[in-house]
Amino acid sequence: MANATGAGGAGHETIGAAIRAARERGEPALVAFMTAGFPERARFTADLARVASAADVVEIGVPFTDPMADGMTIQRASHAALVQGVSLRWILEELTAMQPRPTAPLLLMSYLNPLLAYGLDQLPAAARVAGVAGFIVPDLPFEECAELKAALEAEGVGLVQMVTPVTPAERLAMLCREAQGFIYAVTMTGTTGKAVTVPDEVIDYLRQVKALAPIPVCAGFGIRGREQVERLRGCVDGVIVGSALVEVLERGEDPVAFLRGLRLVG
Amino acid sequence: MAKVFELSAAAALMKRELAGEFPDARGRFGPYGGRYVPETLVPALERLEAGVKRWLKDPEFLAELEAQLSQWVGRPTPLSPAPTLSSRWGAQVWLKREDLAHTGAHKINNAIGQALLAKRLGAKRIVAETGAGQHGVATAAACARLGLPCTVYMGAVDCERQAPNVGRMKLLGATVVPVTGGDQTLRAAIDEALRDWVSDPNGTYYLIGSAIGPHPYPYVVRELQAVIGRETRAQMIRQAGGLPDAVFACVGGGSNSLGMFHRFVADSNVKLIGIEAGGRGPALGDNSATLTLGRPGVLQGSYTMLLQDENGQIQETHSVSAGLDYPGVAPEHSLLMSAGRIQYDSATDDEALASLAECCEAEGILAAIETAHAFCGARKWAATHPGTKLVICLSGRGDKDMPTLQRTLLKGKL
Repeated sequence: MANATGAGGAGHETIGAAIRAARERGEPALVAFMTAGFPERARFTADLARVASAADVVEIGVPFTDPMADGMTIQRASHAALVQGVSLRWILEELTAMQPRPTAPLLLMSYLNPLLAYGLDQLPAAARVAGVAGFIVPDLPFEECAELKAALEAEGVGLVQMVTPVTPAERLAMLCREAQGFIYAVTMTGTTGKAVTVPDEVIDYLRQVKALAPIPVCAGFGIRGREQVERLRGCVDGVIVGSALVEVLERGEDPVAFLRGLRLVG
Repeated sequence: MAKVFELSAAAALMKRELAGEFPDARGRFGPYGGRYVPETLVPALERLEAGVKRWLKDPEFLAELEAQLSQWVGRPTPLSPAPTLSSRWGAQVWLKREDLAHTGAHKINNAIGQALLAKRLGAKRIVAETGAGQHGVATAAACARLGLPCTVYMGAVDCERQAPNVGRMKLLGATVVPVTGGDQTLRAAIDEALRDWVSDPNGTYYLIGSAIGPHPYPYVVRELQAVIGRETRAQMIRQAGGLPDAVFACVGGGSNSLGMFHRFVADSNVKLIGIEAGGRGPALGDNSATLTLGRPGVLQGSYTMLLQDENGQIQETHSVSAGLDYPGVAPEHSLLMSAGRIQYDSATDDEALASLAECCEAEGILAAIETAHAFCGARKWAATHPGTKLVICLSGRGDKDMPTLQRTLLKGKL
């Protein structure tokens, strides 16, 4: 599959294509999240290569001192990465130099301030060169995103929009229209990483998002096991696994085996 | 370094500020402010904004607030002459006595106002953060008064250095949660309060303690604290025969200072001076002098001046006073600094402690260490402006600082 630098249109279109390819295999796409440089900075690209080999899309977390939407696991991972000197500049340099490049499309998940400090004039081109197809910015609601979105779009890089169970219907429709790459449907109110049992009303909400969305819908926050993936398979195009994978890496276990365990099709 | 506007741009922004156009429809004070929060909180903030528009202009709501302020908080607070400091400093020194407000600081003005608002909005429970503990105590008291359950997040470092306030919050019925993540001070407490609120944005009301955070909080807190400046201005005219030449307040997040300064912003002959925490010195990590030393960025919901490194990571701060120990500041302060209307200076830990001792011994008032920073700024200014009329916002009392004072001013003296 072509990555962001490849031919065939905007980099962010590769994200939707990768998710649809998984759907065609008959299972939800697996979107894997890992914090860059955690547990060990020196192992970043090696860990990324392994995770990317077993996932359809990879989200790379840019550590930040104040991750207000994240639970304990990602807070701990962010802190440990910062202590080792991980920065957005370093991450982009590592990705640019990485050989071979992962075939799975890559997204960066970052709070806004590290992006502002890098400079919105330079970030989009640097991201494209590094093979980044899109960004997820958890503290940037739609009303504040115009400047970043336009800057990224000029380089073919997408901005993923989040929606939540408390998003009112009218706003949900508007956010679905404006989204790029995929729609990140948060499964619950709360921070990342708490295990959830996906109640019926969440399934109803995800079906509602799916009906409105012109692009794939992926569900995230609190997805830890195969049972949840089974439950979600009928109503979304992909599932996002974050804290649970970060914990696997933290314990030194094999991320490939863990991700394969979440697959529903061979 | 700080962004300072061209004179013409500054004048245009000041014109809009004076016309009451800020915050604008996008929650901006000029370029600062806004609403940078997870999508989960957007509907809650929109409801809050609609509630603020309705209730802060509603005569019945305002009458209820006024009744609580006069009958429970103890407003208006006095304006006291400071005869000994006046003769020592060679200036006419006046003190606005927020230390005499119920619970011992200006924080109660905001806490009771927002708690009333939360009730109107149908909140089931209140969460708050606290640094020095004064906002936590004020919120716990307001919630007890109005019958609302209350949880207060407080950095573990602050729990230790402001121990008397932890006990007060518990007696007032609040659940106090020590925060061991992050820097274990005010910033980490705000992060944790936000995480709690994200988990229940419909039933929980986040009662923020300073003029910071996402829109409309910087506006709500400033409006509720503006009573300080309104009273002070009228009291100066009545008791001192006219407006002051200069007004001083300490600046952490910026609630007592904006509350004091706001009514004076249009009085172009009145100098407004905010004093930040200079800590141990000007190096990154040694102080909390955000406006003096920071750069703009986004933290905890708004675009404002921040102490941050070249990668946009927020810096750990230091101040002997827990209430000033914060790497951000009210977006309206960022505007008023950039537009040149307010001047900002800093006082070091040692200077603040010396000013605290001087106020005790000269005027019989134990001020909070936060407040003592403002005294230091006023003393320095008086030295070069003899005979002028000064007001200091005595934002809170220092009883809560006894653990810190035992380790510093009182060391070896007991």
